[in-house]
Amino acid sequence: MEHGFGKLFELFIAASLINNFVFTRFLGLCIFFGVSRKMETAVGMSITFTAVMVISAALSWLIYNYAMIPLDLTFLKIIVFIGVVAAFVQAADTIMRKISPGLYYKLGVYLALIATNCIIIAVPLINAGEGYNFIESMAFGLGSGAGFALALIIMASIREKLELAQVPRPFRGLPIAFVTAALIALAFTGFSGLITL
Amino acid sequence: MNHEHKISNWDLIKNGLFGENTIFRMAISLCPAIAVTTSLKNGFLMGAAVLFVQTMVNITVSLLRNFINPRIRIPVFMLIISGWVSVTDMTMAAFAREAYRQMGLYIQLIVAFASILARAEMFANKNKVVPSMFDGIGMGLGFMFALVVISFFRELLGRGTIWGYEIVATKPLLIMLLPTGGFFAVGILMAFFNWIDIRFYGGKGAGGAGGH
Repeated sequence: MEHGFGKLFELFIAASLINNFVFTRFLGLCIFFGVSRKMETAVGMSITFTAVMVISAALSWLIYNYAMIPLDLTFLKIIVFIGVVAAFVQAADTIMRKISPGLYYKLGVYLALIATNCIIIAVPLINAGEGYNFIESMAFGLGSGAGFALALIIMASIREKLELAQVPRPFRGLPIAFVTAALIALAFTGFSGLITL
Repeated sequence: MNHEHKISNWDLIKNGLFGENTIFRMAISLCPAIAVTTSLKNGFLMGAAVLFVQTMVNITVSLLRNFINPRIRIPVFMLIISGWVSVTDMTMAAFAREAYRQMGLYIQLIVAFASILARAEMFANKNKVVPSMFDGIGMGLGFMFALVVISFFRELLGRGTIWGYEIVATKPLLIMLLPTGGFFAVGILMAFFNWIDIRFYGGKGAGGAGGH
């Protein structure tokens, strides 16, 4: 079992750039289009999101490998993972409110939004499907979070400029955001083939 | 989204198909709309899966609505949804192997659909079983309609085929099969529906307010 740093780095790059969740797997679009209107919210969301992603990937891995596989309950993985993530997000919400009200005031809103995000559920499911080990799962989670943050911040900076542009009326709002996302996705296609895992 | 009981079942279906169409009007649950719509068949299967889950969830929630404590209703809804998603997931894994290999992950992710939870919360939780069922069917059909339209254009333009049958000998716009094409297709169709709304119904055309 050789798991050098290189393998982890490859996993990170693959998850964040090549298989970017937003632009190649189309997950988390609801949040992606919802909070990318302003740079400030985009940054707040990115931080919260990456943190939740890594921790929930780790938690789900522990439960999957130490509880569900020994008990032969892997067919329940959808129910269990969504339960784990929802419970963790709820717990984080409560703990943050008690321990650090300032941070909660800034990032608490995003926590509530994250609870039903597809990426948060997808990462544990992919981890379980690919059979990653504990560290690899966390690297994958971190990569996915970073990739999402990158996408969100690029999008937010473009949309802030877009506010000033003259957009044809039917395209105003989401349609133009989709076309913008299409162009960014085109750029991200350039990353494919960078590393083959 | 009226909660009066006079509304006919047909109105409920129509509301799901056009008035509050999940993809084009509400702009929620977009992830699979782009991910699986590279071929008409996949789009149709995904739509059918969502139609099934939405209807069954609405029925279940409506049946149990008097027994669910309002304070823990969201976790209970999530449990009901993930139960039905698991049923769909296993059924497709057993009977539609080829399609499942391509879109298994997205089937499992129906569990995180905002639209299903939203309908359970806003409609099924407050209405009787039969209207809830028709609301579920309407919403599911609306979603399926959107997916079929998107995948129709993407398959036709990207591969020159429809449902796997060749229509055009060449591949006119290969880019439509790439992720980029998915975003383009949704953006342009959404603008098209906005245009219809502005042109013929005098709406403001702010379709797709965004959100979760």
